[in-house]
Amino acid sequence: MKPDFEQFDDIPGTTIFTIEKARQGFWLNQFCMSLRKEENRKRFLGAEREYLDEWKMTEDQKQAVLKRDFQKMLDLGGNVYFLSKIFASEGLSYVQAVSTMTDMNVQEYQQMMLNGGRNIEGWRSKKERGAD
Amino acid sequence: MARITAGVTTSHVPAVGAAIDMQRTEEPYWKPMFEGYEFSKQWMRDNNPDVAIIVYNDHASYFGMEIMPTFAMGIADSFAICDEGYGPRPIPAVEGAPELATHLAASLILDDFDMTVLNVLDVDHGLTVPMSLMFGTPDKWPTKIIPLPVNVVMYPQPSGERCLSLGKAIRRAVQQFDEDLNVQIWGTGGMSHQIQGARAGLINEPWDRKFMDDLVNDPENLQYKPHLEYMVEAGSEGVELIMWLIMRGALGAEVDEVYRFYHVPASNTAVGHMILTPKEI
Repeated sequence: MKPDFEQFDDIPGTTIFTIEKARQGFWLNQFCMSLRKEENRKRFLGAEREYLDEWKMTEDQKQAVLKRDFQKMLDLGGNVYFLSKIFASEGLSYVQAVSTMTDMNVQEYQQMMLNGGRNIEGWRSKKERGAD
Repeated sequence: MARITAGVTTSHVPAVGAAIDMQRTEEPYWKPMFEGYEFSKQWMRDNNPDVAIIVYNDHASYFGMEIMPTFAMGIADSFAICDEGYGPRPIPAVEGAPELATHLAASLILDDFDMTVLNVLDVDHGLTVPMSLMFGTPDKWPTKIIPLPVNVVMYPQPSGERCLSLGKAIRRAVQQFDEDLNVQIWGTGGMSHQIQGARAGLINEPWDRKFMDDLVNDPENLQYKPHLEYMVEAGSEGVELIMWLIMRGALGAEVDEVYRFYHVPASNTAVGHMILTPKEI
């Protein structure tokens, strides 16, 4: 069966981690995996740029990590389960980190979840939204 | 003869594990969710199996991007607990069931399911949070575990048809194992959730509830749901629900629904939990 990677392009506000993205983000994600070790977390947080320079990442990927721009990291092939090692290193929760990719602050995001989460109406299709 | 006596499904949210480990389950945010598992913990004490096959996914905790198996099986004596970035969860190591696991892996490969064989595996919250929810916080786990990791992180994930078929093959293989063992199968992950992008926080309760209904009564049609529908309707991470189909396939054509629980939110996620028993053992 021929793979159809474009089928996901119409989902608004969503980056699907495909086998193609996995190739693009390989070293970014491998850097993240290194943060499963406490000594590496300490070394990374102590000298971020130097630590990143040990990995074959693109400059854009390194800048996105330094700025904690998680959406940019997704665009450059990162996957959120890998990226979670960055915010876990700093003791942040998924809610705290994930909310930064939305147009809400963490309190607003948390309240949305308590109210039952983001309603799907209007969020199925970019074409339907007429934007993005 | 070994037999599959029950199936369990549950979400496997990491924050749920953290709430248990930090003794925060009585806090107002968490209490309603944990209360939904009180029945299940008692049921599990009354129906404790010799072995539970736990279908789950690794979350970049053990597998990096070097190797991404579609279906794998842990056949080791024991499985250590991963450090997922916050330090390992303070829980006992997970004891394996190597004889049954070896038989299953071999049977499945001969049945054309090309399982990756794992003689070493550290397990993450995908496997251990369901154990904590069902077993509580014992000093030693009461049940031996066969981990069955599935790639649901990278597209293409296996199809729904393939997952249901794998479950059916697991049922046959368990029944062909000579030792008299009570075996459960757990399908974990889900329900609707999206933890990335501007659409993060998506929850689709009507879709989740219909999925649970169809899992019980209409798995033969449910298996054809395409990946795209999971990702649009249940969020990019909602595709984890294909793992529930593996559980369902292992229970045979008809099941009794023993228990169902649904709760929003746990962190970013809708929690869904079911206990099903096969009409025909």
